[in-house]
This record gives sequence, C-alpha cells and structure tokens, in this order.
Amino acid sequence: MTVRRLAEKQPASFEFTAENKAWAEKEIAKYPQGRQASAVIPLLWRAQAQNDYWVTKPAIEKIAEMLGMPYIRVLEIATFYSMFNLEPVGRHFIQLCGTTPCELRGANAIKDVCRSRIGDQRHVTPDGNFSWLEVECLGACCNAPMVQINDDYYEDLTPENFNKLLDDLAAGRPVQKGSQVGRISSEPEPAKGDTLLDPALYDGSVVGAWRKRFDESMAAAAAAEKK
Amino acid sequence: MTKINIDGKELDVPAEYTLLQACEEAGAEVPRFCYHERLSIAGNCRMCLVEVKGGPPKPTASCAMAVRDLRPGPNGEAPVVLTNSPMARKARAGVMEFLLINHPLDCPICDQGGECDLQDQAMAYGVDSSRYHENKRAVEDKYLGPLVKTSMNRCIHCTRCVRFTAEVAGTGDMGAIGRGEDMEITTYLETAMGSELQGNVADLCPVGALLPKPQSFRARPWELAKTQSIDVMDALGSNIRVDSRGREVIRILPRVNDAVNEEWISDKTRQIVDGLKTQRLDRPYLRKNGRLTPVSWNEAFAAIAAKVKAASPGKIGAIAGDLASVEDMFALQSLMQALGSPNLDCRQDGSRLDPKYGRASYLFNATVAGIDEADSLLIVGSNPRKEAPVLNARIRKRWLRGDFAVGLIGQQADLTYSYKYMGAGPDSLDPQTCKPPEGSKKPMLILGAGALARPDGAAVLARALEVAKAAGAITPEWNGFCVLHTAASRVGGLDLGFVPGEGGLDATAMAKGGVDVLFNLGADEIDIAPGAFVIYQGTHGDRGAHRADVILPGAAYVEKSGTYVNTEGRVQMADRASFPPGDAREDWAVLRALSDVLGKRLPFDTLNALRAALYKAHPHFAALDLIQKGSLGDIPAGSPDKTAFVNAIDDFYLTNPIARASAVMAECSALAKGRVAQAAE
Repeated sequence: MTVRRLAEKQPASFEFTAENKAWAEKEIAKYPQGRQASAVIPLLWRAQAQNDYWVTKPAIEKIAEMLGMPYIRVLEIATFYSMFNLEPVGRHFIQLCGTTPCELRGANAIKDVCRSRIGDQRHVTPDGNFSWLEVECLGACCNAPMVQINDDYYEDLTPENFNKLLDDLAAGRPVQKGSQVGRISSEPEPAKGDTLLDPALYDGSVVGAWRKRFDESMAAAAAAEKK
Repeated sequence: MTKINIDGKELDVPAEYTLLQACEEAGAEVPRFCYHERLSIAGNCRMCLVEVKGGPPKPTASCAMAVRDLRPGPNGEAPVVLTNSPMARKARAGVMEFLLINHPLDCPICDQGGECDLQDQAMAYGVDSSRYHENKRAVEDKYLGPLVKTSMNRCIHCTRCVRFTAEVAGTGDMGAIGRGEDMEITTYLETAMGSELQGNVADLCPVGALLPKPQSFRARPWELAKTQSIDVMDALGSNIRVDSRGREVIRILPRVNDAVNEEWISDKTRQIVDGLKTQRLDRPYLRKNGRLTPVSWNEAFAAIAAKVKAASPGKIGAIAGDLASVEDMFALQSLMQALGSPNLDCRQDGSRLDPKYGRASYLFNATVAGIDEADSLLIVGSNPRKEAPVLNARIRKRWLRGDFAVGLIGQQADLTYSYKYMGAGPDSLDPQTCKPPEGSKKPMLILGAGALARPDGAAVLARALEVAKAAGAITPEWNGFCVLHTAASRVGGLDLGFVPGEGGLDATAMAKGGVDVLFNLGADEIDIAPGAFVIYQGTHGDRGAHRADVILPGAAYVEKSGTYVNTEGRVQMADRASFPPGDAREDWAVLRALSDVLGKRLPFDTLNALRAALYKAHPHFAALDLIQKGSLGDIPAGSPDKTAFVNAIDDFYLTNPIARASAVMAECSALAKGRVAQAAE
C-alpha cells in the first residue's frame, strides 16, 4: 500500500447511465430513512465499473450529493479500499497477489513478467491494454501463484503460461479462467494423482508418525533412568 | 447505580458511565488522547488502558468499556479496576512507544510544547530510548484554511478534529483518508474548513499537528499571563481566557462554562487578536479645517465643552455601541442625566426592544442550557450560526439527540441541522400555523435581532409573544421565549434603561440630525448625517471615527475591567488583561474627566465607586454569573407589515470595528464569500 490520492487529470463530470441510475435508486431504497449513506460502497463500485474501472473526483462528488454526505466522507471510503482504483487502469487490469503463499510458489517470477511486459506498477501500457498492481492475499492460496484480471481469477501460473495468457488477452482470443494447468477449483494437481488414495496415508508412516516417535523416546528415557 | 472498586476504593456510579468516567469519579487519573467528554467515543489511541477483574482478561480501553459491562466477582464482589497496576502501566508504556515511533522529536520547535498532552504523558509513560530503527513515516502538511496550521508528521490519529467537525460544528469538513500507516487527516482535497468554530480543532488536538496559524512561533505557554475575561464579539458572552505577554495580547482561548459556551468559542472570538493592534486610536483628535488633527486631552475637552455649553439639553444626545461595558454606559448615562438630556439610545441598529415592555421581553429566557431541555424550536428572523455560532452548536447538539422539530421563518440558510421552512416574513408568524408538534411540553421560540430592528419591530415582538403563548412556551415553569441579540452591550444597556427618556430621540432620529451634539460611545454600525458635532469615543479608526469631530481614544474589551450582560441576562465580569495603547484610557475614566470640564462632575472617582453607584441603582448587576428572571409588561399589539425578515448579520467575520481591523478576519471573510459564490454557481 502506498498513499492513495485522486488522479491529477480528472474528467469534467460524471453521470450514472439511466440503467445504473435506476439500479442505484433501488440500492439506496434498501436502507431506512436517514441511513442512505450505507449505499456508498455499492454506488462507488458501480461508478467504477461504469467508468473503465476507476473512480473519478466528479463521481465521488456526485455520489456524495446523491446520498447527502459531505464529500470528505466519500473520499475517505474511496481511499480506504484498495478495490477502488483512483487512476486510470489498463483494459486488462492485473492485480497480482504477492502475499506469502503465492510468493513461496513463485509470485516473484510472475512479477518479473509484469515488469518486463508492462513496466512499473500503476503504469498503463501505451496501447491501453495492461496495467498491474501488487495486492495482498486474494484468498486463492491453494492455487498459488495467482492474479486477478478484471473480475476473474487466473491461477497456477508459471512465467510461460502467464505470458501466453497475456498474449491471448492482448489479441482478444478466448482464455481459460481459473487454473491454467487444467485442474478444477482446488483439487489435487493431476500429476500427483489421487492424493487421498495414497496408501502411505494409512500405514502410519505419515499420519500419526509422531506417536511412534513419542513412544520410542519415552522408552529410551525410561531405559536411561533404569540404568 | 452500580458498585465498582477502583484502585481499592469502592464507589457507586451510574451503570452507563464508562470506566474512564468512573475512574475520574474515584479521583484516579487516566491518560487519554482520543477520548474527549464532549465528543463521541472513538477508542483508537489505546492510552487509557486499565486492568480489570470482571471483564476481559487483558488491558481494557477504559473510555470504551461501560461499568455495566463488567461482571461482579464469584461472591458478588464489585468488579475491580486497577489504574496503576504493573499491567496497566506496562500496557500504557507499550502504547506510548508505538505512538512515539512515528512522532518527530521536534518539541523544541513545536508550538504545542509546554501544553502538549503527548509531551506530558511521555514524561510519565515514555521510555528514554527508541528500539525502532526503520525510517519514520513522513506526511505532507495540509492546508486547512487561514486559522489552522498543520504539521502532519506529528499527528497521532486520535480523530478528535474529525469528530468535532462532524458532530459539534456539523460541517463535516475533516476526515481521515487512506488507511493503516498511510492514514492522513485532511479536508476534502485540502479546501479551507467552512465552520465558524474551526479554531477549536487546534485546542482539541492533543499534539502539535493542528495549531492556531496566526499565533505560530509567537510565544511559549509559560511566558503568558492568563486573564479571565468575557467575549464581546456576540451576545452570548462566551467565557474566555486572554493570554498576554507584557502589554501584548497573544491569544484568546475558551474557558469552560457549561451554562454558556461549554468549552467552545467562535473563530471571531478567538482570532480577533490581531485586530486589537491595528487601526487603534491612541491619542485624542480634533477636526480642524475639515481634518482630524492630534491634540491634547485638554484641547479636545475644551472643544467639547464649548459645543456642549452652546447647545440646549434637548439638542444633546448619546448613542452607545455594541461593545460598550455596563460601567461605560452607566457613566455616559449619568453624564447625560447631569446635562439634562433625554436623548439616549443603546440600540444603534434601530431595534424596537424597550425596557418598558419588561425584562422578559428582551432576554433569552429559556437560557442557553435550557436548549438541552427544549423539545421544539421556532427560529424567527435569525441565523444563529452567524449570530452566535456556539449557541448554534448547542441547538445542533439538541437536534442530534432527536425528537426536536425546528422551524424557520426568515432567510433560509445552512444552519447545520435540518428545519422546516415556514415563510419569509411576519405574515407567516401566525399563532395558528406556528403550533409546535403535538405533545411538545417545552417549545422554544428564538427571535432574532434582525426581526426587531425594523420600523414594525414592536409589532413583530408582540406577534412573536402571541405565538409563543399560543404554543404553550410561556408557563410558570418554562419560558421558551428567547431573544437572540447580536450586540454584547445590548442587554446591559436595556437593563440600565439606556433608551430615550420622556420626549427623547432614539438612535435613528439622533443620527438623522435630531441633535446638535452627539456622544458616540463606540457605535460604528450607524450612519450619522452631516451637521451634528460628533464626539466619538472608541478604540478603532472605523466608520464612527471617520465621521467624528472629536475622537476620544478608549480601551478595548481586553484592556479594561467591565461588566457585560449576555443575551440570557447573565451578568459576567471581565478582568483587564492588557493596557490601552498610547494616551487611550478606560472609557468611564474619560467620561469622568470630561464631566469635570463640563462642570457636571460625576460622583465617582474610582471604578469601585462607580460600581457602588451602579449596584445601588441596579442591584442585579452585583449578582455576577447569575440570571435574574424578568417579567413581561404590556406590549401594544400592532400589525407588522409584510416585508420579509432580514438577518442582523450578513458577514459573520466583519461585525464590529475590532474584527474589521483584523487581517485574519478579512481573509476568513473573503474565503467565506468565495464559498457562497461557488455554491451559487
């Protein structure tokens, strides 16, 4: 995390589309009179989706006016949550998990790919296709390393398949969401076979092995005391 | 009431008390940064940790834990709180170490030094060296307006300022953006704050992050002489402390008085300080050949004596201004009586209030503290936010508690609370339509000075009283009829009877040329037509001095001991903090000296003698800090015309000569005007 400020270049105005406006009114009506401020996160989220995935200053002010909040209250929320982008992002916005499980499984190599293909974080490529940001854990540690691109997770990455993923995205070819090695959600990797049917799990050599070690050391201690 | 054992002392406290309040009750001191008794509880500084038995088995933030949340012991013993146990002390030392990780060691160049909560508490709980070897956090300083200077590296994120602007001031100016280590306190994109109470955030800041900008690097707190005084910027009579060094007033701070200003003061009250030094009248002047020329006191007095002796008593008049103390007005009144003139007036704005209608007709009868008890409110011809910002904060406090219907007749404005708009002029002031909500037992009606300062003011007063009576606001137990004055001297003047006597002229008639010789005691908000010989006695080279033929330099409110009666009728006395500049003298003494030259020597030689005479004539002035309830006389019912009400104050920051001499107030005024223009776009 770094200090988050609004982007320097801002559009002149913001207006919800008719469809989003109707949706926003429905959202606001969910809350009792005087508690309209509760709708601020859904509205910011929708404003961001409508505006190429970033929240603008006019959008913050518009939402504050819709909900009867001081501007600063909405700014506080927009700057608090990293899910709100305060500056323009690429068409494919990559949020790369760099937290411990992903890092242990090779997130640094993925980061290098981002750096060499896209450049520094929070920098949009000249064609407008990509930008990336390192974020904290996205909760898909079983399939580490992983990234989130726009609304979807891409897991089990290696530099090779990640490079190919970016090529496909840039070219507009269809891509595989989720795991890039063909497993379904977080089942055991195909190469390892059916982990839970491994006989070693049931012969006491892996599970419960501590009991044998414990018994042995107790016996050794008892023998030493007798002497 | 619940029993609780604090540091071995058992006592009974209300169950809704927090542990911190209970500890204070027991006399145990608990350090704190974020907790403030007039703000909501945040519980984020963790400095008030105590050890509890009968609660969670860990150090507990005493500000955020209620007495009723603790369990009694197995045999019904009272829960135990230890404020000074090794565990509590160690926990606080740990918190202090964390707070100091990012706090710069710049106490020697910090204006808060010497009155800093963090500095004081670090003496008690700080360790002598740091175990932290990383870089300290650096935060950009923020622009918050002309009154508050920031040094954000020092901020410990207690959020007192954020809670103050959101809750008490009601403008929601400040906020905390970002999170974690990157959290920063700021206004929306660093715009200036828009509250009339913003200066209070510098008082609330427990460290040196928010400081009063006009006073930066001016003085150390221990160099200052502290004098208890009374504010005259509005009619609330806020209790203030004037800090001075030598003859110079350095700053003005609030004093706690729950019956009047709690512990807030408005920005005008606080930052008027530089106005006390500029544009001052420091010697007598006499107009010679159309130009004001410095002269000696004797020459000035001789010129006055010549004019007064040439005029008949009916052609001599006196107007008292908004900042005059009771003593000054009493001296001038005595002098006018000695001269045999009935032309006296303390209502330069043309207000139709009159002592003959009874004292209850011009007081804020419900009292300021009574706002807390009221259950509905009708504001007529007033904008309390500009006319008495601290009182407005009190109304907002009551409104926040809920079940408080506010109605407004007059100019619409942002009052920081919601209200029902009921009309613009006196025709909306109808006993039938202005009924408070069903079941309202203590309705309140605030009548602004603007609604009374018009030719049909007496009729408006009668109509407003009629409305109040119909609403049940005037009963033997409760009087909810409240006049909100804007001039600090007004109630005192009306109490003295500083109004035209039998056949006398009022201020408007005198200013229009009804008299040949006019004593003007600091009345700067009135245009005096050419012709009359005007003696201006005041402090600043403002409108009154420009029109004057003789200027007698007087003492400003911090430079004299004086009595002021606030809008509630509360008599309060201010002490002298400084001395008038140059040849200027206290006003009663100038009048006493002048009376000698006029051959009508006033019968008092000292301020004490003056007060003795004053108390003899008006005993209630001797009852300091108390309110004498008034009665209501007969007010002739009239029919007010249909002109819409206009508020008494348009520009909050420039209402009197001291404020108009202040550069800080001028900057605030320009900013406020810019905001209005922006809002209108």
